[in-house]
Order: sequence, then C-alpha cells, then structure tokens
Amino acid sequence: MIRVVFLAQLREQLKTEEVLIQAAGIDSIALLKQYLILQNPEWEKFLCNSKLLVAINHAYAKGDAAIRPGDEVAFFPPVTGG
Amino acid sequence: MSFSIAVQTLDFDVGREYAELITDDTTAGAVVFFVGRVRDMNYAQAVKRMSLEYYPGMTETVLQQILDEAKKRWELIAGRVVHRVGDLHAGEQIVFVGVSSAHREHAFQAAEFLMDFLKTRAPFWKKETNINGAEKWVDANENDQQRASRWE
Repeated sequence: MIRVVFLAQLREQLKTEEVLIQAAGIDSIALLKQYLILQNPEWEKFLCNSKLLVAINHAYAKGDAAIRPGDEVAFFPPVTGG
Repeated sequence: MSFSIAVQTLDFDVGREYAELITDDTTAGAVVFFVGRVRDMNYAQAVKRMSLEYYPGMTETVLQQILDEAKKRWELIAGRVVHRVGDLHAGEQIVFVGVSSAHREHAFQAAEFLMDFLKTRAPFWKKETNINGAEKWVDANENDQQRASRWE
C-alpha cells in the first residue's frame, strides 16, 4: 500500500487530503500520477502542473523516482514559508 | 552548543532565543539573528491575517537538514530556527533564525543562507486573508529562488 498526501492549495483543488493506493505495479511517481488521473480525470490539470513538488518519505524526489509499498508520497505546490 | 529547530503555533521570545544561543559560551564573538514578521501589505493587497500550513514530519526534517548544512559550510558555534504555523495576524512574528560564530562573516553568511534555503526548501505554505475577507494562497517568489541559487 502507498499513502499519498496532498498539501496546501493542491489539497483544496483536489478536495482530497489523502488516498491509500493498493494497486499492484505502481512503482514510480510517474505511474502513480497516471493512476491517480485515471481514477480522477478532473485531477489532471492540477497534477500535471510542472511546478508541483514531490516528496517520498519526507524527502524531495524527482518526477521519475521509484516508489515501493509502504512509502508515503506527498504532492504539494512551491513552498512559501519564512 | 546546540543546533536545534522548532515548528510551533506559539509565539517566540527573541530575548530568550538569543540568551539560549549564547548560554555557557564565551567563544562566540558574533551573533546574527533574523526575525520575519507578517507584513500588512503584500503585492499592494492589504493583509489582515494569514494561515501557515506545514507538512508535519517533513518540515522539521528539512529545517534540521538546512541547519546541519549551514554548520558544515561555516564555522558556527550554535544555531536555532523557529518557525510558527497556524493563524497569524499582521505584525506578528513568523520566523526566527539565529547563529553564533567566532567571526561575524560566518554568522552573517550562515544566517542569510538559512533564510534563503528555508524560503525555498522548507514545506510551509501561506494563505492570506485581506481586509475584505478574501483568501488567497501566496505565490512562490522567483526572486527567492534566485537568491537561494547563489549558495549552490
């Protein structure tokens, strides 16, 4: 199982805070995005935003990074703290 | 001496943070700190309050990594980063970054590095509410990205 969390503006756009993915064979961020969009076509324009950031288990990751069962993947907009 | 971070809803006391930064230490000839506050104007919009969101777990990890990186790059004796989350009103303190060193150039540079990296790496998001009650997520600033890239 992969836990996917959405933060800040993205959470509001998708109206979703978290999803748990059971599907087998989703072993990369790219595949995960494809799967999420297949399940929720209206998410495409938000998830395909090139500025979106990705983290795997609390560390920044690239869009083609590998993922494994048990991972926590987060998608979020550029950060604006400080 | 310690290098610590905190993410909290409570306000911080700059005097206390400074005192803790220099406790039991007589080698730090230079202390530099920065305090960020909620501005009442942002891009010509009057801001009444803002709400700061973070990613529990990752935010703390990234702040500690940034502080550890500063420690590697400069000769620091102590360092401290405090960032507030939740609802904040105009004029309230948001962030404290403080470092001590034997030499002022190390302290100045490390403090600037910490703020530049914090602004572009640490997972925090601001949502502003203006005086008319309209809410708006703050856009990331290109200029912050350029400032941070100086340290690459």
